[in-house]
Amino acid sequence: METIKIRVRINGREYEREVEPRLLLVSFLRDELGLTGTHIGCDTSHCGACTILLDGQNIKSCTMFAVQADERDITTIEGLAAESGKLHPVQEAFWKHHALQCGYCTPGMVMSAVAFLERQPSIEEQEIRRGIAGNLCRCTGYQFIVDAIQELAQAKITGTGEGTGESK
Amino acid sequence: MYPSRFAYQRAENLTEALTVLDECKDAIKILAGGQSLIPLMKLRMVSLPRLLDVGRLQELHGICQENGLLRIRALSRHADLERFLSPPGLEMLREGARVIADPQVRNLGTLGGALAEADPAGDWPAVFLALDTSVVCRSVNETRRLSIGDFFLDAYTTALKPEEILTELEITLPRAQSGSAYLKFERKSGDFAIASAAVMVEVGSSQEIRRIGIGLAGVGLIPMKASKAEAVLRGQRFEPEILRQAGEALMNEIEPLADLRGSSEYKRNVAGVLFQRAFTIAWERAGRASRPEA
Repeated sequence: METIKIRVRINGREYEREVEPRLLLVSFLRDELGLTGTHIGCDTSHCGACTILLDGQNIKSCTMFAVQADERDITTIEGLAAESGKLHPVQEAFWKHHALQCGYCTPGMVMSAVAFLERQPSIEEQEIRRGIAGNLCRCTGYQFIVDAIQELAQAKITGTGEGTGESK
Repeated sequence: MYPSRFAYQRAENLTEALTVLDECKDAIKILAGGQSLIPLMKLRMVSLPRLLDVGRLQELHGICQENGLLRIRALSRHADLERFLSPPGLEMLREGARVIADPQVRNLGTLGGALAEADPAGDWPAVFLALDTSVVCRSVNETRRLSIGDFFLDAYTTALKPEEILTELEITLPRAQSGSAYLKFERKSGDFAIASAAVMVEVGSSQEIRRIGIGLAGVGLIPMKASKAEAVLRGQRFEPEILRQAGEALMNEIEPLADLRGSSEYKRNVAGVLFQRAFTIAWERAGRASRPEA
């Protein structure tokens, strides 16, 4: 079995591994590195549960091979909260607004929210919904998710509160 | 879900990529953004022995304007076009980009990949068929410029040869009195089009339709240019009756396939309605561009 050596920076830490070309990035994160915060939902590129940040952009880790991530910078849900356990502002807002029901979509939803707020913070509900259009919540609990993002966008635009900050 | 095993290599520059393709021809396939290819491989609808990853080729990145042309290189992400400040008349580039799949797919999926895949319901083929677009295909020995009308041959089949890479699109920049619009009708957010219509129009000096381009998606086996509807409109003064006639011509020249997104008749009607709406928006934009500032 052919393997290829890759070096990836994940949540600020360098990892070097030999991987089979067909290994999906999400499986690399979960099975090889034990970073199980990133979920597998549909496994067909629809649901967004596996969303991570690749060089700051939200992408679906079930639709990328680990070899493609060589020399790239990745942030997963595990990389958001501070070492001290203090939550990232987006996690904090999700907690405050109870923006989750079963929680399965939450890691992906949070990563997309982080990317949206970094990229184009808007308080328009339609724009926020467009921003999370690649993340499905089977509990259909979108309203509180939108509320949480809206509050952060508002804070970011008016410059009050902590904003979304950078991942650590 | 895992794809079947394949060998992987990453090209570091275009020359290397073209050399590999020239040696391997059909035995190797190009991986760019992977947003269509990887799902197909995971579902084992395709099984490929070798992949050549072109994702890092710096030569294929970037969008620029020069000599009356807009050059969009093949590895431009859909998200790049979504954020791109379109030149006047090319409003539909952003409108097309905005409705492709979802943000995550737009961050990885590439323009060149979408065109080379030639999905008959894809958004980019319709948009670029409405414009004066050349597809630049490079191999070790040759650079070919194909009119986009000659690029799509059959369902998921293009004129691209196995040893070629689609490197960029060249779009003639519209004249000042131009406008465009892209409208898509979808079953749910991020889906492929039930039908979509891209319209580009230029207003002439006596308020006639000087140039017209119409591209359609979801209406047949290949992305389609509505040549008959274009012929009805070209050179005419715009009035509701002529637009209705063009809509009739358009509905008669398409053969939508019935599938889970609707019957043939339904799609035919959707395409006709979308075309008329898109034309109206494009015409309005062109008119605004051609009127002196009030």
